[in-house]
Amino acid sequence: MPVLEIKALSKNFGGLKAVNNFQLELEEGEIVGLIGPNGAGKTTVFNLITGIYVPTGGSIMFGGEQINGLPPFRICQRGIARTFQNIRLFKENSVLDNVRAVFHPRVRYNLLDAFLRSPRYNAEEERILAESMELLATLNLADRANQKASSLPYGDQRRLEIARSLASRPKLLLLDEPAAGMNPGEVSRMVDLVRMIKEKFNLTVLLIEHQMGMVMNLCERLVVMDFGQIIATGTPAEIRDNPVVLEAYLGKGATVA
Amino acid sequence: MEHVLEQIINGLQLGFMYALIALGYTMVYGVVQLINFAHGDVFMVGAFIGYFGFAVWGLPLPLAIINAMVVCALLGVIIERIAYRPLRYAPKIAALISALGVSLFLEYFSSLKFVFGPDYRVVPRPIQEVHWHVLGLPITNIQVMVIVVVLVMLLLLQLLIYRTRIGMAMRTVAVDHNAARLMGVNVDTTISVTFAIGSAFAALGGVLYAIAYPQIQPFMGIMPGLKAFTAAVLGGIGIIPGAVLGALIMGQVETLTAAFISSQMRDAIAFTILILVLLIRPTGILGRSQTEKV
Amino acid sequence: MKISRQTIILLILAAVFYALVKCLQLTGVLSQYWQLVLDQALVTVIGALGLSLIYGFTGQFSLGHAAFYGLGAYTAGVIDKVYGNGSILFFFISILAGALLAGLVALIIGLPILRLRSDYLGIATLGFGIIVRVGMENANKVIPVLGGATGMSGTPQTANFDLIFVLVLVVILLVRNFIFSTYGRACTSIREDEIAADLMGIDTTRYKVLSFVLGCALAGLAGGIYAHRYPFLHPASFDFLKSFDFLLIVVLGGLGSMTGTIFTAIGWGFLLEVLRAVLGENFIDWRGVIYALILIVAIILRPQGLFSGKELGLLLPRPLPLTTTSGKERTHAGTGN
Repeated sequence: MPVLEIKALSKNFGGLKAVNNFQLELEEGEIVGLIGPNGAGKTTVFNLITGIYVPTGGSIMFGGEQINGLPPFRICQRGIARTFQNIRLFKENSVLDNVRAVFHPRVRYNLLDAFLRSPRYNAEEERILAESMELLATLNLADRANQKASSLPYGDQRRLEIARSLASRPKLLLLDEPAAGMNPGEVSRMVDLVRMIKEKFNLTVLLIEHQMGMVMNLCERLVVMDFGQIIATGTPAEIRDNPVVLEAYLGKGATVA
Repeated sequence: MEHVLEQIINGLQLGFMYALIALGYTMVYGVVQLINFAHGDVFMVGAFIGYFGFAVWGLPLPLAIINAMVVCALLGVIIERIAYRPLRYAPKIAALISALGVSLFLEYFSSLKFVFGPDYRVVPRPIQEVHWHVLGLPITNIQVMVIVVVLVMLLLLQLLIYRTRIGMAMRTVAVDHNAARLMGVNVDTTISVTFAIGSAFAALGGVLYAIAYPQIQPFMGIMPGLKAFTAAVLGGIGIIPGAVLGALIMGQVETLTAAFISSQMRDAIAFTILILVLLIRPTGILGRSQTEKV
Repeated sequence: MKISRQTIILLILAAVFYALVKCLQLTGVLSQYWQLVLDQALVTVIGALGLSLIYGFTGQFSLGHAAFYGLGAYTAGVIDKVYGNGSILFFFISILAGALLAGLVALIIGLPILRLRSDYLGIATLGFGIIVRVGMENANKVIPVLGGATGMSGTPQTANFDLIFVLVLVVILLVRNFIFSTYGRACTSIREDEIAADLMGIDTTRYKVLSFVLGCALAGLAGGIYAHRYPFLHPASFDFLKSFDFLLIVVLGGLGSMTGTIFTAIGWGFLLEVLRAVLGENFIDWRGVIYALILIVAIILRPQGLFSGKELGLLLPRPLPLTTTSGKERTHAGTGN
């Protein structure tokens, strides 16, 4: 059974068709890239999957169950996590707390335990701390655990967002331009990072990215969008030479040397 | 029936006075995203200066009004310069607290004996009240004056905002300070002008209020200020027609409730309506819904 | 329950404070008048911590806090006045009833209005506060014993410094334990970025309502205690000016800091009275003016508040064995057990 199954997905804003007849099937363990020019509707698809928007039409199935129409926090609890195009960390909170907060839905103590600092509370807090630190260590942020999230340099903030998203133990990870604004060296490290976490945490990954270095190296297959619709799908090699895709990015009559 | 019409006109008068104050709130919010709690107290200062003008210094009414407007315009500019500008790019709540401080300061300072003093003063009417019957509507000359004056001011404001350069500057600053600066707009001056106009309008409202409900005291601005602020939010904060709409609604609801349900309950009912409207239209009646980009 | 080292230090300091006040009482340095000021300041601490929870930690802008303070005061006051016998038992029963009622009203009103965005939530809560005040002024038409615009008296004045002190301490510990738990982290996440918190699996509606209910219940508790220390309850004491008082304490103290709220609540409570003592009879009219000026100057000089987001070490739980920022102050909830 595919991890994610999207059929005939569409989203209208007033008269604007932001997403039209989008479909996708993700098998477990795949890394798939969602690419296309700016404004193509890629982040809108992410927002539809994660529940920020309710689809105008179509369906989204996750692990065989329909998730469109569920509130975002429920969808996350089912096992879908994401990062954001414009970083959305909990800025004034510490690095550690950004990660620990995400353990909340699965915490095994209640309010009374918290008020009274019961043994169950202490045990759970120890566990959350240990797992959070482990996650931070995996992403090379453990030594910054107590710093305010907003004080981190840009690249670290992107990694913190990824660490935070992993804290919900997702099966599906949606990455929205994780390599934005990075130089080739940083992009290469990000590629290694995504590969590493995919293996380590048994993830399926859907990636929006403009950095072709990352897309071509990482993704097994690509879905190309323009004006809210899919215009091409295929392997990176196929997509690279696809004239429809070239036209979408570069305009009519353009060629790649 | 006549009684109902009479109350509706009373409500209109009150609504238009609230509109003068509400406009100041909404314009200032538009350019600096600040709820200027001190605005209701500028209204109070305007009422007092107007009173001194026509009742103590013997000025003719139009002159007394203009005097009050000029003084309060100046007051508004000074307040902005001292208490708000230092906090313009600090967290919004800080400016709000400062506004609170200014409000308290104006109230307590005015209460000092050598300023306005803490007691109520009765305002002698500068115009004799005359009752007319126009097309079956019971109306007084004072009500006509209030409504006409406010309508004229609204028209002038409309012209200012949409037909002058300073008006365009105000609209630009309301969208984005930095972009405005890059376009050559002097943001500081524009904000000062906005405060000046808003305060002048509040002063006008104060004088009209003093003439219509002839009792003034240093704390008189609190409730009208609160209601006008509510009106501005009700109509959609930052939106000028919204302020007028909200004010007319508040004025009408308050007057009709006081006349036909209970005078004590009028505030409670007015605010209940506010809450209900907000639950249906969370950004106010004319407010634009703010969808955040994720 | 395991008591951490931090808690023990906190309790010791509390004991020292208590002993100090007792000494001042016994030697007569602390007069009846100043005792009342201190007691009121402590009661304000409880109420202010409630608003701190709602606004400082969860980011919900409530301008109606005094309404819940008042609801608690009247509820506790009338229960003890009508059914009570002046005993400590009834004191506790009535203040708990006050807190519960405040919490229940907060739940009913919170569910619909907490959907509103910041400024709009502010004025909705402001409006609610006015509605409650009007209700208080006209309550005697339905329940005569509540008094109306002229107020209610007759509540047994059973609160004293000892009781108030213990209650404040308990509240501080409970609030601290809430903040430094997963619940507190959920709340601050909502404050920082509600949409992101939602997408990270946190039921934002549930926790906005939870913190609102708890915060308002604390206000109700504070009100109930107040009713047992002041012989006269007046609707005017619970209007939006009182709400602004709580707000200004929370902001001046620094959003997201319990320490800031506690210190500022006590300091601000003493400010007006100190001004009265310092200025003397001649300048008593100037109290309000100077109070307002201090407020303006304070916020301009330090817009982020006194303790913005930081806590004194002894309020934090056991620190991690990691490199931390130096000194007693650490980033809020940045260290934990």
